[in-house]
This record gives sequence, C-alpha cells and structure tokens, in this order.
Amino acid sequence: MASGFQDEAAEHHLLSEMASNGGHGENNSLYFDGWKAYDRDPYHPTLNPHGIIQMGLAENQLCHDLMEEWIRNNPEASICTEEGVSCFKAVANFQDYHGLPFFREAVAKFMEKVRGGQVRFDPDRIVMSGGATGAQETLAFCLADPGDAFLIPVPYYPAFDRDFCWRTRARLLPIHCSSSNNFMITASALESAYQNAQKSNIRVKGILIVNPSNPLGTTIDKHSLQSLLRFANHRRIHLVCDEIFGGTVFGSTRFTSLSEALEADPSADRRLVHVVCSLSKDLGLPGFRVGVIYSYNDAVVACARKMSSFGMVSSQTQHFVGRMLADDDFTSKYLAENARRLRERHAVFAGGLRRVGIRCLEGNGGLFCWMDLRGLLKEATAEGEADLWRVIVGEVKLNVSPGSAFHCDEPGWFRICFANMDDETAERAVRRIRMFVEKKQMKKTMRWVDGLRLSLPRRFDLEDVALTPRLLSPQSPLVHATT
Amino acid sequence: MSPSPSPSLSRIPFGAGGDDREVHDDTSSSRSDLGVGGGTAMRLVVPLQGVVQGRGGLVLGSVIPCALFYFFQLYLRRKKPSSSPPTSPFPSSGDLPSLSVIPRTTSRSFFSPRSGSLPAPVSSHTAAANKSDACPLSAGHRRFVDDPYHPTSNPDGVIQLGLGNNQLLLDLVRDWLERNVNASLLKGRNEDMGLGGMETYLQYDGLMDLKIAVADFMGQVLQGSVSFSPSQMVLTAGAASAIETLCFCLADPGQAILVPSPYDSEYEMNIKWRTSVDVIAVPCRSTDSFNISVAAIERAYNQAKKRGVKVRAILFSNPSNPVGNLLKRETLYDLLEFITEKNIHLIFDELLVGSVHEENNTCMNIAKILDAEDFDKSRVHMIYRLSEDLSLPHIHVGVIYSLNDSILASAAKFARFSSISVLSQRVLVTMLSDKRFILEFLHLSRARLINMHRLFARGFKDLNIDCVNGDGGFRCWVDLSKFLRSYSVKGELEMWEKLLDSAKVNMMPGSSCRCIEPGWFRLCFAALSENDVDVVMGRIRRAIDEGHKI
Repeated sequence: MASGFQDEAAEHHLLSEMASNGGHGENNSLYFDGWKAYDRDPYHPTLNPHGIIQMGLAENQLCHDLMEEWIRNNPEASICTEEGVSCFKAVANFQDYHGLPFFREAVAKFMEKVRGGQVRFDPDRIVMSGGATGAQETLAFCLADPGDAFLIPVPYYPAFDRDFCWRTRARLLPIHCSSSNNFMITASALESAYQNAQKSNIRVKGILIVNPSNPLGTTIDKHSLQSLLRFANHRRIHLVCDEIFGGTVFGSTRFTSLSEALEADPSADRRLVHVVCSLSKDLGLPGFRVGVIYSYNDAVVACARKMSSFGMVSSQTQHFVGRMLADDDFTSKYLAENARRLRERHAVFAGGLRRVGIRCLEGNGGLFCWMDLRGLLKEATAEGEADLWRVIVGEVKLNVSPGSAFHCDEPGWFRICFANMDDETAERAVRRIRMFVEKKQMKKTMRWVDGLRLSLPRRFDLEDVALTPRLLSPQSPLVHATT
Repeated sequence: MSPSPSPSLSRIPFGAGGDDREVHDDTSSSRSDLGVGGGTAMRLVVPLQGVVQGRGGLVLGSVIPCALFYFFQLYLRRKKPSSSPPTSPFPSSGDLPSLSVIPRTTSRSFFSPRSGSLPAPVSSHTAAANKSDACPLSAGHRRFVDDPYHPTSNPDGVIQLGLGNNQLLLDLVRDWLERNVNASLLKGRNEDMGLGGMETYLQYDGLMDLKIAVADFMGQVLQGSVSFSPSQMVLTAGAASAIETLCFCLADPGQAILVPSPYDSEYEMNIKWRTSVDVIAVPCRSTDSFNISVAAIERAYNQAKKRGVKVRAILFSNPSNPVGNLLKRETLYDLLEFITEKNIHLIFDELLVGSVHEENNTCMNIAKILDAEDFDKSRVHMIYRLSEDLSLPHIHVGVIYSLNDSILASAAKFARFSSISVLSQRVLVTMLSDKRFILEFLHLSRARLINMHRLFARGFKDLNIDCVNGDGGFRCWVDLSKFLRSYSVKGELEMWEKLLDSAKVNMMPGSSCRCIEPGWFRLCFAALSENDVDVVMGRIRRAIDEGHKI
C-alpha cells in the first residue's frame, strides 16, 4: 500500500506540471461527468431503450444523408485520381502547411456563402488547423503570452478553458451577462470586466466571442458587433470571434458575421480582428478535423501558419473537402436544407417544452436550446442546480449540461443539444423532459393543494402551474440575490 | 561623437511612439522600418536611461551607451530612403538585419514592451516565428519552388536536397491509393458506420482500428522481434505534434531537454517554441563520426544543473537526422543507465522502414529493446514517424509509443489539439491491413534505399568528398569543409549560397542543424530518382572546380 503510493508520487514527479494539473478540466466538471454517465449507459432504441440520451453533444447529424449522397455521386473527390496525382506530388513538401490552394479557395467561398455573400474572404489569409480546438489554441498562442487574459461573455463553452488556456497559460475573464436582457453583452459589463482586470493588474489582450453563441443559441446583432469592435479599437485589444456555428443559423434573420461589421466600419483597425471557423458544426464533419483561422493580421497569419504544423490537415482531407465545398449547387442545397431541418428540430424541442411551461431562450442558431429550469430548482444555488442535474441524468436519463459548467452566473439554466439524434430519439427525449416536468409540477401542486386545503379540478391545476415558471422567470428576486 | 547623444536618448523612444501613432491608421504600405528599430530601441532605452539618470551627470557612465545610440541612429537613418553612410558597429546589431525581414505590419507590435497607443501586441510566439523567416532552409526552398528541377522539362532547375522527405516509394503508394481508397470509404458505409464513423464524436488519440494496424505494421517491419501493443499508443497529426505533445507532458517551462547535435532543424520549433522548454544541444564531433557520447551528455547535464536548469529528458533521432547513424548498442545501455541514475526520460524519434541500409549488429533500432525485461520502461518513450516511413509525408501521422500509462493518458488528452482526420485514418487502416502490399512495400523500400545510399556514397567518393557512412535514414551528411573559403559559419553559408546559385543544388547547411563544425551539409536523397544522382554529382563537381579556379 505504502509503496504503491510512493510509486504514484514518483510517477507524478516524472510528469510535467501541466500534464498533471488537470487543466483539461475533465475531472471536476458536471459537463464531462454527464458524458461519462452517458458512456456507461448509452441509449439505443432497441438494445438499450432506457439508457441515457446524449444531449450534451453539440453535433450536427441532421444532414448526413445529403453528405453521403454527394460522396456517392462524386467518388473522385475522396481518392487521388488523375488530378489528385498532381496534388500528390505537389504537396509532398515542406511548405504544405499552407494548404492546397484550391482547398483554401473553396473554404473561402464556402465561408462567404455561409455569411450570405455579404463579405469577401482572401484565400491567402486562410490558415488551417486541427479542428476548431486547434484553431482556438493556435490563436491563443499567437496573441497571448502566459498570464495574459481574454475577456469572454458568460455563459461560455466549457472546453474553452482547456482549448484556449491549458497549454497556452492564457486566461479567460468573464464578462457578466444576465437573463434579464437575454444574456446580451452590455457595454457596462464589458467595461467593468476590463476595469476589473486592470485593477488586478492582468493584461487584457482581447475579447473572445462566440457567434452564434454556444450555449445560448442566439446570434449577436450587427450593432453589438460594431460596439465590440469599437471597444477593441479603443483599448487596442484583439477581437476573436468564433463562428463555428455560422452555418447553423436557422432563424428568420440572416447571420451577421464579424467580418461584415468590420467592412461596415472603415475606421476599425483590421489587424485586431480574427475569426475561427470549422466544418465540424456547419457540415457535421467533426472527424475531419478541419478548423480554419481567418485573421486580418499579417503577423498572426504567418505565425499561425507555422503553428499549423502541429495540427496538420492531411492533404487527402483537403482534397476531399475542397472538392465538396467547390460544388456550388451542393453547398447551397446543403445550407438551405440544413437550416430547414434545424428549424424543425428546434421547434420540436422548444414547442414540446413550452407545452409544459418550460421556456427556452429565444434562439435562432446553433445546435442547442438554452433551457430555463429555474422554476424547478429547490434552491436557487449552484448546489440546487447540481441536484436537479443529477436527477435529470440519473432518473430522467438525459445527459444535459448544467449552466454552471458554462460558468453561468444564474443557476437553473441547462443546455440541451438537439441535432445529434434522429427524429425518434428526439421525440423520446422531449417526452422524457415533459413527463419529468409534469411529475414535478404535480408533486408541487399537490403540496400546494394540501397546504391551502383547496380542491380544484386536477386538469386546471396543471395548466395553472405550468405557467408559473414563465411568470416568475425574468424578474425573479432570487436570481438577483445571487448575482 | 559625444555631443549628440543626450537629445537622441529621449528622441528615439518618443519618436518611435509618435511614429506609430501616425502610421497605424493607414493600412499597410507606409509602415516604416523605423518601427522595427523603434521597438528595439525602447527595449534598450529603459536600462540606458537608468544608467544616465541614475548617475546624474556621470559622464563616464553615459559615454558608452550614448555612443551606441549614435550608431544606432545612423543605422536607422540608413534604412530611410535618403540616408547617410551606413556602417553599424553596434554590437547587438547582428540580429537587426533579420528583423527587417519581418512582415511590416507586425513590426512594432511585438517588439514593444508596452501596449499603450500601439496596436495590440501579439504574443512572443508570433515574434519568434516571424523572425525565423530568413533561415537558409526557407530561402533555398523558395528558390526551388520558383524554379524546380525536372529531368526533361526543366533540366536546369534547382534540385531540392534540403528537405527530409521520403518519396522513394511515392509511385507504389500512389498506385495503391488509386486502386483502393474508394473501396475503403465505401466499405465503411456498408458496415453501417455512416460516414465511416466520421460523424460521431471522435477518439482524439486515434481510432483503435488504426492503432492495431500500426502496431502490427511496426512488428512486421522489425520482423516479429518485438510485439507492440495498440493500447500503448497515441496517434497525432504528424511527428511535429508528437514531439511537442511529449514535451508538454514531460517538462515545464524553463526546464530543459538535452538533444545531441547536429539535430533536425525542426526540433527547436517542435520542442521549445510553444512549450517554453529549453533545448540544450550536446555537440557530437566528426572525430567520433558524430556518434552520441554519454560523457558529453553527462557534462551537459552537470553544466545545466550548475546553472540551476532542470533537465527532464534526452531526445534524439534514430537513425540520426541529419547524420544517418544508428545508435550503438553499447551507447544505448550506457544511456539507459544514465537516465535511470538521474531520474530523467529518454525520447527517441525513430524510423523503422527507413532505418537500415545494411545489416549491422552493433547498431540497432531502439524499438527492439522495448520488449526487453531489464530496465525501467516507464521512462523510455518512442516517437515513430509513420507517414515519413511510408512515403506518405502529406498524410501526417506521428505515433507516440510509451509504456508509461500516466504519460499516455496526458498525451491522449493533448492529442485533442492535433488529431488526425478520420478520412486519413481509414485509408491508413486499409493500407496497413493489406499484407501483400506491405510485404512488397517493405521489400522494395529496402532495395531502393540501399541502392540510393550506395549511389550517393560512391558519387561522393569519386569527388573525393568525405561523407559519414550512415547506417540508415534518407540522408547523406557530407564534409565540404575543405572547400570553404573561411572555416566558419559565414564560410559555410557562402558555400551554401554558391551551391544554390551556380550549381542550383539546395542542401541544408550544418549550421541549420546546430552542427558546431562548419562545412558539413545534409542532403536528402529520398526525393530523387536514380537518374538524378549523376546530375547532382556533376553539378557539385562543377561548383567545386570553379571554386578551385578562384
């Protein structure tokens, strides 16, 4: 026993601090716990119908049939055929971290299309990296020294702490956003986040925003983007925009990219602006590990390009993706169909939940809903939220992600991902939530009924209570007490 | 000399700042080189001001720095279009020319110690990266890209021997790909994996199928003398990230890794650029045929210790890149003893297919000892350059093989930042599982490698040029020191330039590999065909003959 302990200590001694410091954040986050729970007992329609349904995975699997159809019709894209042979020789050299020219052109064209054709992208500014994960880290390496900070609106994607900070030793400082204005970024919150950092003597190197937001599923309007740009210019800090969900905007309003806001503001210093894109969410191809950095800063382009040797996209993948994205008809059809299916799926969840009185934040993009369960909390604290989460994972058998994992200030919000499952599973997931909420409300009603010694027709109770959380939600005194 | 300094002291930093203010609104072109110097000046000014102000009117204390500044100004003026005579005996100006190569927009941002009104500074990594643009390797490569040799269509073009790529079996691999890749993609679909498992969330450290195939393949290359376990592997997108990942796992910023030199010119970037881990070069000498000496390693270790630098590992390539030596069996045992005694790690960066030219009993693939019983396996880690070995340099697959579970676990987490496209993984699984193809591949690879190596060795012998008789690898390490005009790095670079200019052969100068003896060059022969060897030798001969005439 004792020797075993010593072995472990010696072992740890052999590792770097970074390797043993748990900076990946997977050990103490409910977000990752939920994944582990899912791995232990995954749902399957026939083999394990009572298993946990994975709703913690922001992946887009709604349009894979389109993708497969394209592959079937374009077999030459996946192989190195005649034209592939020339690429074969050409890329087999030292400078291949630039990426194949036609790959970069196709990606630029696709990015333009996703942004409604409102902006032009220069293929020479496109830097590839291993997925959006690699892209984030690369940008952090390029822009921040150890100890430097980026401001980020909360709630934000939990793995940013790992992707952006772990190996780069940069930091993320929260810009507080509240449900009272649908978690929009306000000028005062931004300013106070900046001031707080100044006070603590932390050098702020930039702002990191995600548009459309993960976990909120909302997009940032042009006006806000422009104020962010002005702020960045005023303070001489960078503005990094993660637009990996850009192709998942399904609402009626068009997606406004940071690039568009930048074009509209000639006085802004372009060198402060950097955009991250990926194919993982837009096209549902996370396995391809294609992340893209589009920076308006020459130094960053040059540096990031060198760093891409740490996360190469194989030229075969470039070839394939390049072919696919160069197919104009396909990408148009795909984006339209993708938006349509996402809208439908979103309606299934948002509508299904509304019927039991659960509100979701009004979203128009992304692969998830930001669900408001504040009404179901026993107490409006992080522990209350964690308790509720345990019930949802353990009894309702849904792996949803609690707001605390996203550094959300207000307990009771949950992210549910809806695009990584088929229609049947989605229906089942909605049914499970509804049954759970109804049961909860029933219990509550009974208590209330008992307490007041009232006897009302049951149907009426349910309807009535179903409305309660919505009435309470925006201005709940509890919420304000915690912030 | 002395009258002007004191105004210039205040003017330079201020001037630089003011200049920025004017410039930073316009988009690019007029960003003057002054910015470069300005930023550097800022760095100097702080200590210098200390000297001047701190000592009040102390003349002596300020004369030297002021004089330096005077020259510095001259230097800056020279950079402006209408300027006075250059000359910059400024001691630290050695690195200034290279600074001016930096893309302009970047110039001020990262050399400036404060942000203030300047554009937001980027990180020190960016600064370091853009500095290295001027190295001979990239310059030579640019020349090659502009004017590439082709036996028929461009026989006078530049021949690229500077890269380490193995293209010996490109034809074989390409044929295989043409025949099979489509099938491998389609197969996935029939197995009810959708897009070949590409849609599900990924196992970031590599698909188990591929790990199994790679382990089999490695065992096969070593003719079954070792069995590799797929569960001890982490796969990354390329060897560069495999090395970086291991460094992140093993060392903290400021700690060091010992690397016998000459070493792969990319090592410094891989090991220290983003990790802030130091590389300590342990020079090997031509008198030892550049073999690793444990005594030298011990000396370097002790020196580092004296300076308070903690050494965490020894890393080297086997066969050595650039030299081509395989490690001696004896040396390996000494090394194992050494690392155990000092409680540090050993990382070896190995080729298997490309490792052996001739049968040789005193040298070995270190992978062979991973099965042996008698040493502490938790501190020996292997990097295997799979894609390079397979003539598939653009597929980018590196393997970390370690018997230390906690390091594997960390490496697997880090692998998230550099995981391999599933598309490529699927292709590799299919390729490596095609036993007939692999047999043919190994057979042909060996034959061609030996042949090319012989041709080169003979060619150099005919030219009366010494080259290290390497045991493996895709490179030759040749001694051109007797042709240098001056026995120094400068002479070496002159030689390199001459070979590039007149002979149109791009080789890698030894100084790029941190070789301490000038005059050695690395040539990669695995990107050539047999017929090209004579062309290369002819060109080198002409260049040398010309040199003699002068």
